[in-house]
Amino acid sequence: MSLRSPLGVALGHGSAGDGVGHWWSQRVSALALVPLTIWLLVALLRLPLADYATVSIWMAGGWNPVLLSLTVTVACWHSLLGVQVVIEDYVHTPALKLALLLASSGAHLLLAASGVYAILRVALRGAA
Amino acid sequence: MTQRPLSPFLEIYHFGHTMALSIAHRITGVWLAAGLCALVYWLMSAAEGEMAYERATALLSGWCFRVLLLGWLAAFCYHLVNGLRHLVWDAGFGLEKRQARRSAALVLAVALLAFIALACWFCCRRWGAP
Repeated sequence: MSLRSPLGVALGHGSAGDGVGHWWSQRVSALALVPLTIWLLVALLRLPLADYATVSIWMAGGWNPVLLSLTVTVACWHSLLGVQVVIEDYVHTPALKLALLLASSGAHLLLAASGVYAILRVALRGAA
Repeated sequence: MTQRPLSPFLEIYHFGHTMALSIAHRITGVWLAAGLCALVYWLMSAAEGEMAYERATALLSGWCFRVLLLGWLAAFCYHLVNGLRHLVWDAGFGLEKRQARRSAALVLAVALLAFIALACWFCCRRWGAP
């Protein structure tokens, strides 16, 4: 039997206070991805993908680089949050959990940075 | 460590088909995360130049990758439609058992139709220049 009061046991173990932020972030990114991913999918299905000239002109044209960068970054952010929840729910070894969370975050940030860098490189090629 | 009450885990519940949809949302989500790698690989190849781009499209339009792309397309259709269902739930609607079962059937039907339509488009499309 513990002599600690129920309050003493509870204090310091409570919610980290950032769960709501995570929850909201996942929903807002989901909402943003509805139009963005549909736009990207339709654009990709309409493009003659084997034709480099047409594809690079499309990537650099008008609002396309902006929307592409947004799609890639928001998708990576949404995916990071989602994979994080999956890891937290199914991996119960603390060290492995931490390692996987770090690896997943790193991989997602790397994907987002590479994607935006690639889009900018194509878009700014004419300007260079 | 203090023993705290945990929320009941899966094995507590009687299995219902709506649970299959719930777990499928996670599985398709993780699978789509892998699809992001393919998307970024494609973008990077375009940034690299024409040679690299042609190598990437040759790889991505091969049979092996076409099957994977169809898999990502199917996962996308399902995750998108079921994701909208989740957003409606989060707004506080459709949480009754009967409504959830009906929306499950609706999600499957809409996702399947969208997948069939997009897959036909995907398979009939031109890969090269007009």
